[in-house]
Amino acid sequence: MLGRLRSLLGGSLGGAATGGASFAPGHRRPLPSEQTRQSNGLDQFFNSVRDRPGLNLLDFAGANQSNVSYITSMGHRLSSEDFVRSLELSFGHETLLENQANPQLVDQFLQDNLAFPYDSFDGALIWDALQFLSPHLLQITVDRLFDTLRPDSYLLAFFHSDEKAKQIPLYNYRIADQKHLLLQPRGWADCGQYFNNRALEKLFHRYKSVKFFLTRDNLREIIVKR
Amino acid sequence: MWNRKKDDDYPQKSANVPQSPAAIPAQTTREVPTQNMSAAPVRTYDPPAPAGSATIGKAVMIKGQIFSREDLIIDGEVEGTVEAQEHRVTVGPNGKVQASVKAREIVVLGSIQGNVEATDKIDIRKDARLVGDIKTARIVIEDGAYFKGSIDITKGDNKNKPKEVSQPSQQLSSPQVQAAGK
Repeated sequence: MLGRLRSLLGGSLGGAATGGASFAPGHRRPLPSEQTRQSNGLDQFFNSVRDRPGLNLLDFAGANQSNVSYITSMGHRLSSEDFVRSLELSFGHETLLENQANPQLVDQFLQDNLAFPYDSFDGALIWDALQFLSPHLLQITVDRLFDTLRPDSYLLAFFHSDEKAKQIPLYNYRIADQKHLLLQPRGWADCGQYFNNRALEKLFHRYKSVKFFLTRDNLREIIVKR
Repeated sequence: MWNRKKDDDYPQKSANVPQSPAAIPAQTTREVPTQNMSAAPVRTYDPPAPAGSATIGKAVMIKGQIFSREDLIIDGEVEGTVEAQEHRVTVGPNGKVQASVKAREIVVLGSIQGNVEATDKIDIRKDARLVGDIKTARIVIEDGAYFKGSIDITKGDNKNKPKEVSQPSQQLSSPQVQAAGK
């Protein structure tokens, strides 16, 4: 209950990025520092939509000035949603994974957050949002995204690659430029499951291709072609 | 009364638009700042201009269509449609709007659920909440604002042509950088 209240107030996800506490509420664990990282996946994603103004892109990072400015300045239309915050609002911060077993909550969540028309997007920036889903909801979400994306469009997603980690940091993903992201820590969350390359290929089996990018940190970037 | 469209039906200098008893609390929306400014709330809210704007106070609820020929400040609840084509609509921190909003400029400090269209600019302030589709020439989103929907930047004139954002990393720490078209 307390976790949900925090969520509704934006507390648990507020973190340093929005001027909140430097410790994740409920976990008393220091947040990682803000960092800028190079992203080859992002680079390839923007290469696919550059010079084709008028596309419709989906961004799960939530509306922020950086992403809105960058994407709209390319002439694209942006659909924005803070997917992780919506997850918290629907399932609660403390009970994020347990409540994803509740069919009613799942149905409501899908209706509120993933009820997009078929073939409505030319690309999707999912960031690390899929990591916080239970296996059941994850597969539904990936399939919904498949239906939502137009053929030959790209989806960019991140997955942590530390298989021993029980909790992983939540970040706000801000686009700095075509190749760089600013990661603003916003808290910690339980990880839904660990993915290796084989598991990711299986998860996105309906898609045409899955491409992996090696990184130095514990974040695995993938770009998937619909 | 909000369904009237004829020009002569508009009150020319109405600071408290509804003429019902419920409108009386609307007069309290312009709060006089106390001397103890350090204890003031964190939210920043530009006080409405004393003249040339209409105010829907925080104790007022309106269902229907609103057409305004002057700037409009909504600090109460509105359901329906709001149009102020040549003017600014401000949804105050207490404002809850479940309506489509069309105006020259829209400033959101409270909550809007509905599609919004601004010929000039939309400004979504910290702690504001907007669920709906946006069509505008320029947009400003402060950190901490909640938005869910689509953003369509319209290209009304030359100044709104798409351009490269060459140094967005410099903009990241600034919550009030404007999007394309500026």
